[in-house]
Amino acid sequence: MTGDVLIVNLAGLLASAAPLIFAVIGETISERAGVINLSMNGMILLSAMGSFSVALATGSLAAGFLAGAAIGALVALVVAAAGISLRQSQVAVGFVLALLCRDLSYFLGNPVMGQVGPRLPPAPIPLLAGLPVAGPLLFRQDLMTYLSLLLVAGAWLFLFKTRPGLVLRGIGEKPEAAYARGARVKALRYLYTVLGGAIAGLAGPIYSLSVKAGWKGSISGLDGLGWIVLSITIFGGWKPFRAAFGCYLFALLQWLGLVLQPLLPGLPSQVLQVAPFPLMILTLLLVNLGKAEWVERSLATLPGPARRRLSRVLRALNATPPAALGTPFEED
Amino acid sequence: MDVRVELRDIEKSFGPVKANAGISLDIPSGSIQGILGENGAGKSTLMKVLSGFIRPDSGRILLDGKAASIGSPADAIRAGVGMLHQDPLDFPPLRLVDDFVLGRPGGIGPERRSAAAELARLAGRFGFALDPEGYVDALTVGERQQLEILRLLWIGARVLILDEPTTGISLPQKEKLFATLRELASEGMTVLFVSHKLEDVEALCDRAAVLRQGCLAGEAEPPFSSEALVSLMFGKAVELAPKRRLEPGRSVLAAKGVCLESPRLRIQDLSLCVRSGEVIGLAGMEGSGQALFLGACAGLARPVAGSFCLEAEGLDMTGRSHLDYKRAGVAYLPAARLEQALVPGLTLGEHFTLAEGGRGLFVDRKAAAKLAEERIAAYNIKGRPESRIEELSGGNQQRALLALLTSPLSLILVEHPTRGLDIESTIYIWGKLKERCAAGSSIVFISSDLDEILQYSDRVLVFFAGRASPPLDAASLDVERLGGLIGGKGWDEIEGKAGRA
Ligand SMILES: Nc1ncnc2c1ncn2[C@@H]1O[C@H](COP(=O)(O)OP(=O)(O)O)[C@@H](O)[C@H]1O
Ligand SMILES: [Mg+2]
Repeated sequence: MTGDVLIVNLAGLLASAAPLIFAVIGETISERAGVINLSMNGMILLSAMGSFSVALATGSLAAGFLAGAAIGALVALVVAAAGISLRQSQVAVGFVLALLCRDLSYFLGNPVMGQVGPRLPPAPIPLLAGLPVAGPLLFRQDLMTYLSLLLVAGAWLFLFKTRPGLVLRGIGEKPEAAYARGARVKALRYLYTVLGGAIAGLAGPIYSLSVKAGWKGSISGLDGLGWIVLSITIFGGWKPFRAAFGCYLFALLQWLGLVLQPLLPGLPSQVLQVAPFPLMILTLLLVNLGKAEWVERSLATLPGPARRRLSRVLRALNATPPAALGTPFEED
Repeated sequence: MDVRVELRDIEKSFGPVKANAGISLDIPSGSIQGILGENGAGKSTLMKVLSGFIRPDSGRILLDGKAASIGSPADAIRAGVGMLHQDPLDFPPLRLVDDFVLGRPGGIGPERRSAAAELARLAGRFGFALDPEGYVDALTVGERQQLEILRLLWIGARVLILDEPTTGISLPQKEKLFATLRELASEGMTVLFVSHKLEDVEALCDRAAVLRQGCLAGEAEPPFSSEALVSLMFGKAVELAPKRRLEPGRSVLAAKGVCLESPRLRIQDLSLCVRSGEVIGLAGMEGSGQALFLGACAGLARPVAGSFCLEAEGLDMTGRSHLDYKRAGVAYLPAARLEQALVPGLTLGEHFTLAEGGRGLFVDRKAAAKLAEERIAAYNIKGRPESRIEELSGGNQQRALLALLTSPLSLILVEHPTRGLDIESTIYIWGKLKERCAAGSSIVFISSDLDEILQYSDRVLVFFAGRASPPLDAASLDVERLGGLIGGKGWDEIEGKAGRA
């Protein structure tokens, strides 16, 4: 494989990970606020179908993307209302929504099935696009791929470097403590769940108007991605950059599966198709080593400075979910 | 700065329970007001009303004579009322400086640098050692309190409420806390100090109000009379049982040259022989090794070297599992009652059924109900067989735990038998434990309450950073000496003596 081909492939990887990134960052924001939105799988299908229909009908890509975000926000609003106001199980409601939205998308999508609709064009950035290597890799992408990169940095900045971001983490970690400090826990949880839903909802149009343009119903190849999104959120330790790394890792593993298939004719094709999943689990295990008791014990035998440095690294790798994830909170 | 607080006819019910039944209280500024009462008297409820955490059914709050509408913690903060809650309301995974900033109004940027400087300045002023870049979950309970108090000062609290702040902190930390509160009060801060411990209120407060069953039972000013306060708290006089001398019986547990290791701690060469009917107290600051040793006595931690024998049976138990210890008549009652010892969601009656084991597949409802009624009566538990365990108060949960112990037992290991309990429950729990001793069981317990150690133990082991003292006769100790040993002072003397003996 020549260098040019490699760069083209890597550039394609960035683009194909973009929808995953939107969905994972959206879910991360929602879960950081303490609300688990399990509807991802069906929601992405519904927003892919809905935004495609809208773009087809209006001829406007912008309208399509807006519709995607709106569908994501609406589904998240249902989760929020059931979980926060009605104090129902967020997991149960999210799961039912995941199934409902999927069937709904197949049913409502029949009229637009297989039609050719608008497609997001690449938007090369003047000057930068002409750079060697970096040009074709980074600067000849489409708008949403650029935005996916900005989104990761923006989410990180917001969560870890701003005052509202600190409160957001607080309401997912210990809502009663945040409430005692004057935060309006319920209102903020609504806000961030719906905002996270809207961001995740953009994953739909990125598929149906760009990465896998069109709507092909149950053979769109989108079913199941929402579950991957949920697992990458965990893998990412509720941290944007690590979550993005998870998205790229998953996209890379899938791409490797496709590339390696012809080179290993003896191997059943299913092996390479499912390989990304156990590999993700393995990485998750490695990353969470720091929590194991035997690791802690062997750390204790190390001399002071080395131990401190190593346990800092392990601590940074460690992924602990927001402590109040999925639990309701009652302001008196 | 000075704020006078007036509470007028505060009422709050939880279902059928009247937690506050019309309480009125005047608190002058610049003073430390004690709020005393047994568990469940309604102290926390009243304080949460004042800090906006709970909305009262009726009643008014006046600050400096003006009606204050406090409908949420945000309102209370604006009015200058800050509360240190009974369970610390902080964020363990955060850095201290982030925890410090969280909730303080301001711009988009958290201004960590200036906040860290402010935290360091305030900590320096009161002599607290807090590293702004450290993590909250690495702090002791006392340090978390210090952080929270500084935070409340920083956001401008002029009325400071502390709900049971002395539960679970060390003696030096308590002294530092008291000094801090006195200094704040002298500067005009209004301090409300909630406790169920007489001695804390007597040592610190300028005045005390006593709550009983949701009502204001009375008020008192120094010099306080303990008897008068106790009878206000309970509506009757409560007496400590006299101490009794014990004839050494046969050996129940023999630990020989035990070495234990945990990630943070190493205990070397500990030997102890527990005799039947004896009570042994393990003293020390939290995390000095006493919990590790107690766990090892129950087979919950494996010794690296040395042996454990249950000698009544001539039984070498070294390296055996907790279940083996249990079968041999060793019971272990952990400090985290609800997390480790009871099953939230199950009723009291179901707990008795579980503990008894019983035969057959189906639960014999009639027998179970009868058993539960008997035990509830025998242990004076305020609850019904169908009450869920988490609805009981701490004192009643502890009674239930004791009632769940099967008999006969050779050894009972207890972590903090009366932490968070009022005097009456404490005396009751120890009465039951002593009954067990009279029946031949031995008790080894951990407590951070020095008076409890001295009052109830026959012999005491002091732990300091993994070092364990030889068993000391409780009669030869007093609070000062024990406090010194816990803080690492006076060890040469006891170790010298033990060497000679
Ligand atoms: N959130 C609640 N729900 C139901 N009952 C409660 C609640 N909070 C307190 N209570 C009840 O109100 C009474 C007073 O409790 P509390 O104010 O916590 O007492 P104290 O702090 O004096 O120990 C107790 O009987 C307790 O069980
Ligand atoms: Mg209380």
